[in-house]
Amino acid sequence: MSPRQAPVRDVAPTVQRLRLRYAKRGRLRFSSHRDFQRAFERALRRAGVPMAYSQGFNPHPRVSYANSAPTGTASEAEYVEIAVTAVLDPDKVRLALDTALPPGLDVIEVVASRTSDFIERLQASVWELELPGVSVATAQEAADALIAADEVLVERLTKNGIRTFDARGPVLAVEVVDQVNSGDDSPNEGTRPADELVDCAIMRLVVRHVTPSVRPDDVLVALRHVANLVPPVPVRVTRLAQGPLVADVGGRAAVDAVSDPFAADRG
Amino acid sequence: MTASFVSDDTSPALRANALSDDVQSVFPELERLLPLVSKPVQYVGGELNAVIKPWDDVAVHWALMYPDAYEVGVPNQGVQILYEVLNERDDVLAERTYAVWPDLEKLMREAGVPQFTVDGHRPLGAFDLFGLSFATELGYTNMLTALDLAGIPLHAVDRDERHPLVIAGGHAAFNPEPIADFIDAAVLGDGEQAVLLISNVTRDWKAEGRPGGREELLLRLARTGSVYIPAFYDVEYLADGRIRRVAPNKPGVPWRVSKHTLMDLDEWPYPKAPLVPLAESVHERMSVEIFRGCTRGCRFCQAGMITRPVRERSAETVAKMVDNGLEKTGYEEVGLLSLSSADHSEIGVIAKGLADRYEGTETGLSLPSTRVDAFNIDLANELTRNGRRSGLTFAPEGGSERMRRVINKMVTEEDLIRTVATAYGNGWRQVKLYFMCGLPTETDEDVLQIAEVARRVIETGRKVSGRKDIRCTVSIGGFIPKPHTPFQWASQLDHESTDARLRKLRDAIRNDREYGKSIGFRYHDGKPGVVEGLLSRGDRRVGAIIERVWQAGARFDGWSEHFNFDAWMLAAEGALAAGPVDVDWYTLREREYTEVLPWDHLDSGLDKDWLWEDWQDAVEEVAVEDCRWTPCFDCGVCGQMDTEIQVGPTGATLLGMPALPVRGGDLVAESSS
Repeated sequence: MSPRQAPVRDVAPTVQRLRLRYAKRGRLRFSSHRDFQRAFERALRRAGVPMAYSQGFNPHPRVSYANSAPTGTASEAEYVEIAVTAVLDPDKVRLALDTALPPGLDVIEVVASRTSDFIERLQASVWELELPGVSVATAQEAADALIAADEVLVERLTKNGIRTFDARGPVLAVEVVDQVNSGDDSPNEGTRPADELVDCAIMRLVVRHVTPSVRPDDVLVALRHVANLVPPVPVRVTRLAQGPLVADVGGRAAVDAVSDPFAADRG
Repeated sequence: MTASFVSDDTSPALRANALSDDVQSVFPELERLLPLVSKPVQYVGGELNAVIKPWDDVAVHWALMYPDAYEVGVPNQGVQILYEVLNERDDVLAERTYAVWPDLEKLMREAGVPQFTVDGHRPLGAFDLFGLSFATELGYTNMLTALDLAGIPLHAVDRDERHPLVIAGGHAAFNPEPIADFIDAAVLGDGEQAVLLISNVTRDWKAEGRPGGREELLLRLARTGSVYIPAFYDVEYLADGRIRRVAPNKPGVPWRVSKHTLMDLDEWPYPKAPLVPLAESVHERMSVEIFRGCTRGCRFCQAGMITRPVRERSAETVAKMVDNGLEKTGYEEVGLLSLSSADHSEIGVIAKGLADRYEGTETGLSLPSTRVDAFNIDLANELTRNGRRSGLTFAPEGGSERMRRVINKMVTEEDLIRTVATAYGNGWRQVKLYFMCGLPTETDEDVLQIAEVARRVIETGRKVSGRKDIRCTVSIGGFIPKPHTPFQWASQLDHESTDARLRKLRDAIRNDREYGKSIGFRYHDGKPGVVEGLLSRGDRRVGAIIERVWQAGARFDGWSEHFNFDAWMLAAEGALAAGPVDVDWYTLREREYTEVLPWDHLDSGLDKDWLWEDWQDAVEEVAVEDCRWTPCFDCGVCGQMDTEIQVGPTGATLLGMPALPVRGGDLVAESSS
C-alpha cells in the first residue's frame, strides 16, 4: 500500500514579496494572533490579492508573520510578509487590505521587499504602558529601581512548563512621561478616563528581542518585585515600534531607540 | 432568594433606563475586566458586516440573543437573518448579545457591569425588545443569567414599562411552556416577517405614548393571532397531574396561536452580508440555506415536522447568494444548508454549476445534510472535484430494518452498503454514520445491529478500495421525544437502560478482531437527554425547576463540562415535591390519545389526528412516503396554513450567471500592466 500522494497542482510562481506594517487598535487589541491570521487570510481573498499558494493536500496562501504582540496588547507596529503571483502596487494593496479588514486592524504601510533577513531586523520593541491610578512619581521610582537592578528573575507558564528567566537584562531603557502619545485612536469607542483614576503615568520601555521573549507583562512582574508597583486596574499596553536598534539607546527618547525596518526596502 | 445583583440606582443597567434617550456604551467598564478572562475577543464585537446605529435615530430597539457561548451563537443563521432584516429598517435597530462564561459573569457581578450587546456594548435592559433564539432547550438557564445580569426581573409578572419585552423564538418555542413564567411572548416558525410585525406594533404603541402600559402592548400583539403571550392563558390541571385545559383569560385573545411561514425564499435572500467574527467560531464557513422544510417524514424529527411545507430557493438565487456572500466575507468554504440537501429538485444544477464556477479558486463547497443514496455521492464528488475526499456522513438513524420502518427512515441495509461502497470506490476514506438509541419499541437487538452494519461497511470498503486504512465512525445520540412529532406521545428510555444498551454495542464493536480497529464509536451518556426530555415536553410547572437549578449555579447545560445532572434532579425534587408529578412522569410516561398536551394550543399546522395515526403506524412498523414525490397524505399543514409545497425545477441553469468578477485586477502595478 503506497502512501497517498498530494495532487500536483498547477501553482503560479511567486513573483513578488510584499511587507506590511499594520496596527491592532482599540477593542481589537483583544484579538489573538490566530484571530488575526484568520481575519487576514479572509481579507486577502476579499481584496483579491493574487496570492502564491503552497503545494499539498491543504494549499494555503504564503504568509509569514513576524513576532506578534500578545493578546490584549495594542500595537502600532506589527509586520507581515506575503508572496504574490503578480507585480503589485504596494499602495493599492495597502488600501485594498485596509478596506477588507475590520476597523481596528489597520494596514499602515506596504513596501515591496528588496532585501532578505527582515525578521533579523526586528531587534527590539518600544512598548508604551498606561498605568491608570499610578502617579508619575511612583512610576519613576519603580523605573529607577528596575534600572538599578542587575537581574530580576520572573516566571511564566509556557508550552514547556514554568520557565524562569531574567526580565531585566533585555530592558534597554525605561522612560516615564505624563501624557499618552500612542496612535491608539480607538475607532469604535473612545476610552473614557475613569473619574477616580485621574493619575495615569505613562511608561515606555525599550526591550531587546530575546528567547524566551520578555513581554511587557514580564516587566510589570519585575516592577512588582523591585518596587512593589501594583497598578490598581489592568494596564493598557501598546507596541509603538519594532526595528533595528540604534546605537546609544540610553541618550535618546524611547521612541527613537529603534529605526524604520523598511528603510532598506525603500532603497 | 432572587440573586438579582442590581441593588441601587447607580448600576449601569438602571442608569441606562433612566436616561433611555442617551444610552451609553458600557465598554469602558467592561474593558477593565477583559484582561482577566479567557478569550476576551468574544466580548468585543467588531465583526465584519456588523451594524451599529445611533440609538436615537430609531423608534424600536431590539436585542437578539443566542443563549450560548459566542463561538456557538455567532454563526447561527436565525440570528444573523433577523439582525439584518431588522437593521435594514430605518426605524429599527438590532444588536446581538450572547451568554457570558462564568469567569466574566463573576467579574461583571462584582463590578456592576450589566449584560451587554457586542455591537454597541449597550446594556440589555435599555432595549425595547429582547428576542431569544432557542435552538435547544438547554439554553434556558443562560437566559436567566442574561436577564439577571441585565437587571430585568426573572418573572414576566414583575416587569413594568422600563423593561424590555422578552420574546422566545426558535424550534424550542414550539413548546415554550417550561419558560412561560420568564418570557412575555413566543413566536412560532419563521421569524423574518414576525419580527417586522412586532416592530410595527411596538413602534405605534410607543408613538401613541404607550397607552395602557405593558399589558396593552402585549394585548395588541396577542390579538394579531400570531404572537403567543403565555400570561393571557390559564392552565388548569386534573388531580392526577395531567392538564385539564388551557384557555385564554382575556377577550380577543385567540384559543390557538399559529406558526409563521415564509413562502417565497427568493424574496428573502438573507443573510446578504453574513457576519464574520474575529474570534474562532464553530462554523468557519459561510452558509446558504437552499430550502426550508422537509417532507421525508422521519417520525423523530421535530425540525422536519414543524418547518413544513418544503419551500425551495431557486438555483439562481442560491448561486447569487454564494457569490455575494463570498465577496462580502472572504470565507473559503460554503455550506449549502437544509434539512436534507440532496432533496432539492435542482441540486444537480446547483452542485455542478457551483463546482464549475469556483473550479481552481480554492473555494470549498459542502452539503452538510445528506441522505443515504448513490446520487448523493455523485454530488459530493462534484463538490470535491479537485479537493480532499476525507469524510462523508450518512444518517440511517436506526440500526435494524425494523427500527427504520418504525421511525420512517426508508433506507434498506442494502442501500446503505451500496452507497458506502460507491463512496469508498470514489476515493473517500472515512464514512461517518449517525444513529439513535432509545427509539420507541427498540430492543437490544436493534441497537446491536449497528455493529453488524459497521462491520459490513468496513468489509465492503476494504474490498472496493483494496485498502485497509479506510475507517467508519459510528456516532450515537439518545432519542428524545419532541412536541409536534408522531413520537410526542412516546415513552423516553431511561438513562440507565440507554447506557446499558450502548455499553453492549461498544463491547460488540471492540471485540470484533477483524474490523473493530477500523470502527470508531462516539456516544454520550444518557443523563443530559433526561433533562432535555423534561424541558422538551414539560409544562409550566417545569419553570420552577429551571429557576431552582439556575439559582444553584446551572449554566451552559449543553456543555458536558458544565452540565450537572444531580443538580437538575435535586432541583426537580424540590420544585415538584408538593405535586403529583415527577421527572419520570414527564419523560418515561407514554401519553394517551385523549391527554391534553402542554403545547396543544400552539399550532404547527400539523393535524393532531394525523400525528396520532402516524404514531400508530410507527408502532405497527408501517412506513409512509415523501409527499413531495407522491400524493398528499393529509398531515394538515398545507390545508391549515393555506400554503403549498414550493419546489422546482424551474428549468434554470447557472450558465446565464455573469462571469466571476476578477477581483484584485486593479492591484497590479502600473509599470507591469
